[in-house]
This record gives sequence, C-alpha cells and structure tokens, in this order.
Amino acid sequence: MKPFEYRRIHTVEEIGHDDPGQARFLAGGTNLIDLMKHEIEVPDRLLDISRLKLATLKDCENGGLRVDTLVTNTALASDPRVRKTWPLLSAALLSGATAQLRNRATTGGNLLQRTRCYYFYDTARPCNKRNPGEGCSAREGQNRIHAILGASDQCIATHPSDMAVALVALEATLTLRAADGRERELPVEELHRLPGDHPEQDTVLEPGELIVAVTLPAPQPGRQIYRKVRDRSSYAFALISVGVILQVVEGRVESVRIAFGGVAHKPWRARKAEAALLNKAPTEANFRLAAEAELVDARGYGHNDFKIPLARRTLIATLRDAAHSEEEVPT
Amino acid sequence: MAVLYINGKQVTLDDDPRTTLLDTLRERPGLTGTKKGCDHGQCGACTLLLDGRRVNSCLILAIQCEGSEVTTIEGLSQSQGEQLHPMQQAFVKYDGFQCGYCTPGQICSAVGMLEEVGNGEPSDVTGRGEVTLSRVEIQERMSGNLCRCGAYANIVDAILDTANEHSRKTGGPAT
Repeated sequence: MKPFEYRRIHTVEEIGHDDPGQARFLAGGTNLIDLMKHEIEVPDRLLDISRLKLATLKDCENGGLRVDTLVTNTALASDPRVRKTWPLLSAALLSGATAQLRNRATTGGNLLQRTRCYYFYDTARPCNKRNPGEGCSAREGQNRIHAILGASDQCIATHPSDMAVALVALEATLTLRAADGRERELPVEELHRLPGDHPEQDTVLEPGELIVAVTLPAPQPGRQIYRKVRDRSSYAFALISVGVILQVVEGRVESVRIAFGGVAHKPWRARKAEAALLNKAPTEANFRLAAEAELVDARGYGHNDFKIPLARRTLIATLRDAAHSEEEVPT
Repeated sequence: MAVLYINGKQVTLDDDPRTTLLDTLRERPGLTGTKKGCDHGQCGACTLLLDGRRVNSCLILAIQCEGSEVTTIEGLSQSQGEQLHPMQQAFVKYDGFQCGYCTPGQICSAVGMLEEVGNGEPSDVTGRGEVTLSRVEIQERMSGNLCRCGAYANIVDAILDTANEHSRKTGGPAT
C-alpha cells in the first residue's frame, strides 16, 4: 500500500475547500482498503468519515425513508420498515457480499464500490478504467462477467452493486454535499455513467462531493421482487439480476418498474421493457416481448454471450413471479 | 497515542496508518489466533468481533478502530474460567475442522452470527417473516468463511448444537 495521510473528521464542515481531488473518503473501507492494497487506488490522503453523525434512518412526511450515508448494509437490510415497505431493497442487500462485509459496508460506499472486472484488478494488464488510454483487456479476453448493454470500445465493465439496482427500481434520490457546502439532489439512476470515452469516471460526482443520504420515496404499489442469478448460491456477484415492482389491476399492468444488474456499467433501468408492458395483460408472451424490447441492442463479447438469453429469461421469470403472487406491499 | 482494547487489554497502535487491524493484532500483542488467509476479505479467516460485530479484520485500518473493543479467538474463552467457549467446545465435539487454519475465523463468525439471529436480523434465505435458525440459514450466514478442508457439514452441526444448547439453558430462542 502506498503511504497516505490519514485524517479523521467529525463534522462535514471539516471537509473544507482545500481537500484536493486526490483525497478519498473512507467509511467501511471494504472495497477501498482492498483497492489500496492492490495499489489500484493510491490516494494521497484518506478522510475518515466513519464517525460523522450520519448513521440514522428517518421517516419522511410523505411516507418515504431517509437513509444516512453511513447506515450499514446490515442495518438497512434489517430495518423493519425496509423489510415491510421496500422488501426489494432488503432482498437486494442480503443477496450481496457476506455478513462480515455487510456489517461494515455503508450505504454510500456500496454505491461507490468499483467494478470487479478481472483486468481492472490485474495491474499487469492494460485497463482504460485504471489507466485511461491504455486499452481494454476484457474485450478480447475473459469477459464472462462483462456488460451486454451500454458498453463502449473503451470499457465493457459492469457495476457490481445489488443495492443500487434496487434503489434505481425504487426511484431513490441522493442528497450530495459539495466540498464548499452546497447541497444538491440527484436521482440514484443518474449517479453512475456509461463508460463512453471516459471509463475512469464511474459516476457524475464532482471531486470532493459527498453522498450524505439516500431517500426512498413511498413505493409504487405492487409486488416487489429481486432475483439474482450467480455462479454459486451465496457470496457471488450477479451474472444477471432483476429488480421488479409490478402492479396488475383487473388483468392489466397498471404500473411497472424494472432494473437490471450485471448487464452494464451502471444499474440498468429497463424503460423499454416497462413501456412495452404498461396496460398490457401480464402474459408470458407479453413478458417475452418486453424483455426482447429491452435487449434489442444487447451484444456479447464471446464469453458473455450467454447473458443475453439469461437476461431475457430472468426478467420473464421475475415478472411471472410478481404477476402470480397474491401478496402486495401495503402502502 | 491512539489505543484500542483487545480482549479487554489496552493496545497502542502503530504509527503507520496503513497497518490493518489484523496485522496490529498479530504483530503488536502477538495474538496470532486470528489468521491471515487471503488478506482481501474473501476467505473469512481474519474474522473477529469489533464492538460486538463480526468483521473482516484484514479490510480495516487499525487507526479507524481507535477506542474500539476487539474480541479475538483468544478472548472468547476469557469469561469462561478454565473452560473453552461453548462454540469452541462444540467445534471439538463435532470435529468442525481438519487443518484448523480457518477455525478461529469460523468460531468468531459463528458467535457473531448467533448474536445477529438473536437480534432478528434476516439473511438472504429468511424471506419476509421471523428468523428461524436452520441448516440452510447457517449455511447462508456462514458463507463468508471458507474451509478448504471441507469440514462444512460438521461446522454446521457444531453451530446448531451450540444454539440448541443455549436455548435449552435459557429457555429462549435458539440463539
């Protein structure tokens, strides 16, 4: 690990104007410390934010829930309100990592974890995300876990978070604080970017900008399901995951939200599939048409070709489960 | 000087902020019960209890833990007099290991896990209702601790027995 300066802060005001872009916020550290051991992340300074008073869950007046950035993945997944009203989020969190990691990992940190692309981690191989302009080893290499949607010539990495997929389907919003104290709101869906010509940039955050909280709006009525397909039944990243909120009224799809994980550089909101389903009957044929509408531009790179039919089948299966369940989330 | 408390004893931290909690334990007070396996949070050999919660000590900077209470495998039996902790006894009784390298992490993880079950914290296999401890629950909840000797079946037996023994003694749920 490269030497760095360590500073613990107790209030967000201490972040100040003078912290350069080379500083990193340290919270649970479950991804950042690992990346520093590999010398993929080499910050000059760590600002330890883990003792900021930002670890509570608060009810909002409109039926939503504000989740402070330092709430651990365990605390968020276990919260009775989340389990009852946003079970999609609890299920997504519990499908990821291990109890040891979830006990330590935070809400903000989960969103900002980096790709697990083999070549991003292998510092002996070119990677545009690690060293812009160097080339992408994954396009012609082992790319079984890589993107099928929204990739670029520069990068075909995927975002690994399960939690983020649920937050996108639930239309959660971030509260961000810039180094100069300005706050802004940003939909979680707009946090992560597609790789384009700048795969080194995972998100649209400005240097020094801190995720302060995630706010869950009162959920759309309907059944919420998170389904994750992976190489082993626990402690594995998604090959494909799907978060669905489906409401069927009198034999027609009244509302639907769909997000994919494991398919792109960001959690993938499946708006084409949603549009194809709205007001249609919840039939197998319509589920298939919706999946095909979303995947029309999907492409594989060899080893990951199987993900295209897998994504189609996983979405169909998840919609089928959601449509045929009696249980609805009370609102 | 920055300090933390390991098994109740005050330990002064290394000056270098790069030092992990795991390396601090092994190198400063010489508590080598906590093992370094992968050093990347994938194997669970370094699992210990930090302020009562199980964590991977390889992924935590010691300096972050200033003032915290750490319990390692060496500290688990401290409250038991001459006896081993019930979880340690169960691992012996059920042969929950072969080479033993993952065992301190397995045991600390299992102790932390039963606390989590007692708190009603769900796992990926719990579903919407209450937590009921079962083999499937234990398998899912212990997936962060690898055993390359493959003693998993006996590890699950040891944990189940410890949980059942506890509930028999306290009349409470199997935690």
